[in-house]
Amino acid sequence: MAKPEDVLVVKDKSVVVPGEALATGMGYIPGTGTYRDGESVQAGRLGLASIDGKVIKLIPLSGKYLPKLNDRVIGKVIDVLLTGWRIEMNCPYSSVLTLKDATTEFVARGADLTQYFALGDWVVAKIVNVTSQKLIDVSMKGPGLRKLQGGRVIVVNPQKVPRIIGKEGSMVSLIKDATGCNIVVGQNGLVWMDGEPQAQLKVVETIRKIEDESHLTGLTDRISAFLQKKGA
Amino acid sequence: MAYEKRFDGRGFDELRPMEAKVGVVKNADGSAMFKIGKTTAIAAVYGPRELHPKFLQNPETGILRVDYNMLPFSGHGDRVKPGGSRRSREICKVMENALLPVLDLKDWPNSVVDVFVDFPQTDAGTRCAGICAASLALADAGVAMKDMVTAVAIGKVEDKIVVDLNYEEDSYEHGSDVPIAMLPNSGKITVIQMDGEITPEDLVVIFAKAEAACRKIYDVQKAALRAKFKKQEDVS
Amino acid sequence: MTHVARETLLASLKAGMHLDGRPLAAYRPITVTTDISYSAEGSARVVVGETDVIVGVKLAIEKPYPDTPGRGNLMVNVELRPMSNPRFEPGPPGEEAVEVARVVDRGIREGGALHAEELCISPGKQVWSVMIDICTVNVAGGLIDAAGLGALAALLHSKFPEHTDDIVHYDRRTSKKLPIGTQPLPVTVFKIGDFFMVDPLPEEEAHMDARLTIAITEHDTICALQKGGSIPLAKEDIHQMVKIALKSSHELRKNIPRQK
Repeated sequence: MAKPEDVLVVKDKSVVVPGEALATGMGYIPGTGTYRDGESVQAGRLGLASIDGKVIKLIPLSGKYLPKLNDRVIGKVIDVLLTGWRIEMNCPYSSVLTLKDATTEFVARGADLTQYFALGDWVVAKIVNVTSQKLIDVSMKGPGLRKLQGGRVIVVNPQKVPRIIGKEGSMVSLIKDATGCNIVVGQNGLVWMDGEPQAQLKVVETIRKIEDESHLTGLTDRISAFLQKKGA
Repeated sequence: MAYEKRFDGRGFDELRPMEAKVGVVKNADGSAMFKIGKTTAIAAVYGPRELHPKFLQNPETGILRVDYNMLPFSGHGDRVKPGGSRRSREICKVMENALLPVLDLKDWPNSVVDVFVDFPQTDAGTRCAGICAASLALADAGVAMKDMVTAVAIGKVEDKIVVDLNYEEDSYEHGSDVPIAMLPNSGKITVIQMDGEITPEDLVVIFAKAEAACRKIYDVQKAALRAKFKKQEDVS
Repeated sequence: MTHVARETLLASLKAGMHLDGRPLAAYRPITVTTDISYSAEGSARVVVGETDVIVGVKLAIEKPYPDTPGRGNLMVNVELRPMSNPRFEPGPPGEEAVEVARVVDRGIREGGALHAEELCISPGKQVWSVMIDICTVNVAGGLIDAAGLGALAALLHSKFPEHTDDIVHYDRRTSKKLPIGTQPLPVTVFKIGDFFMVDPLPEEEAHMDARLTIAITEHDTICALQKGGSIPLAKEDIHQMVKIALKSSHELRKNIPRQK
């Protein structure tokens, strides 16, 4: 039973701003994105309040991508190194793709690495190492990891990526099926797509709608209806 | 001499009309416009992003950089030559000091958060308006922040302590200007400057008036941040 | 980090549309707001799609140049503000800023947008200097055209301040407008592959082969040209680009707010 002095100040799923009091009383537990200040739990960033029993946490609504182990990311080759490539990935830290993580082929010493990946190439890769100082290694070994030929890349809000992907990929499958486009969503807030020009337009519009409305309930239904209306 | 009525007819505790909007610079990671009276600040945040040259990097945390800039046509008299001045460099530093205490950039070693604040028009109180805009832009960028930062210039004109000086009051000969940046939830002060002459007793009044004014600014900031997001009734 | 592969872009251009679905010769939605800065003698904010620029006009009384003792001075400056794009850094104007400033300057100067003799107060001694500062808020393609539109709108909405001898009273503005002649607007036509277009998106602009900026008056005469990009243009290309620019300039011109 909650002590009488425990008071919840905000509603579940409401937008809260830094410093805002979310609840008072020692019965409430500050979760991610919040902090305790004396008797009260305060918002430690802009976010969506998420209340689970006595635990209050914030779901970020914006913010840069912070690299995490095992994330699938989209990146661009920005440098060719002695034994690998440097990959830029829409965050403050670039990563390194080493030869052994790039190909199973035998590559002779001093070989021209641009025959595998050239400057300006786009890839989908997996993060296999992140140090405390954010030195990052990525790998191309794994299902779906590859060079991205053609198509286009758009930047999305990295915090909205889970909603663009959907539960077990349901949202992105919905968009793929409706538009016939090939789509790859990187955890780092880059989305690659390829398909007919008109179909690509529909993908972009749909993704923008998800970014705008994902903090509201009934998203999947609205997106299905939207795609249907677009005749996709 | 007594200051009976403010030059622009406002009440002594009355702020000029405020307007705020977030998301005004599309390329930025976070942005905001904050307008108070005829002082307009536009702030844009880029970052955390890669920091060059390397010797500026801090391996323990991300750092904050503020760039304050009056656009060439924003001054009261002649065109302001671009390129900054000693005054603008000082204000950059003051604004960094105002904002840094609420930020937590420990997750972002070696990186930088750049805040650019430009003024298309000014009528005194630029550093305070700049801090209000920058704080909004940082929140919009999703940076970890313990509190918002609000700021206002309290002043003394002749015998009266007044809130939110305009240019006429700011440049009045027998007056003092006390810009204050305050954290609205804790009431702590991250910037205080002054020029002119006041008594220690005046400071008590100044703090009380600053706190009340900052609460009103915070309400405007909160509303602006919330207004960026669609509501359930907008979509159903 | 937006990007489009060249073949994907060409497929869209072949279908007759920009990546955002617009026809190739159409601008993104444009809004022009004037008098956005009370401290400027004239000002305008121009938004074209996601590109956003603020233009301010300041007037000052200065000595004329020795070779034009009876004419006012004109200066156009472009500040690519670091807030407006992650690739811009604080510091003095670079090559890109100077090029935009020079192109806008030439359109206004050579097109006779200002009657420079009417800016003379006392020949050889005092003339009005008209200083146009174009400051970017957000740069996302199509900058030159937005800058030129903003400069013209700000000029049209400028008012002289009062003055006593060479002292300008900036706090007392008269109702007297600047002596406007023609109304030149720069229109930039881009060539990518075999396709021509105006107002590209940033990821489209990255594939530019060549561009031609054509400053056009309201009488459909050309008052300045500037070619950019590393690929040469055929004469037929240029004729084609002028044709597109003339047409698009009519669309662009509709956005200039009426003088008050």
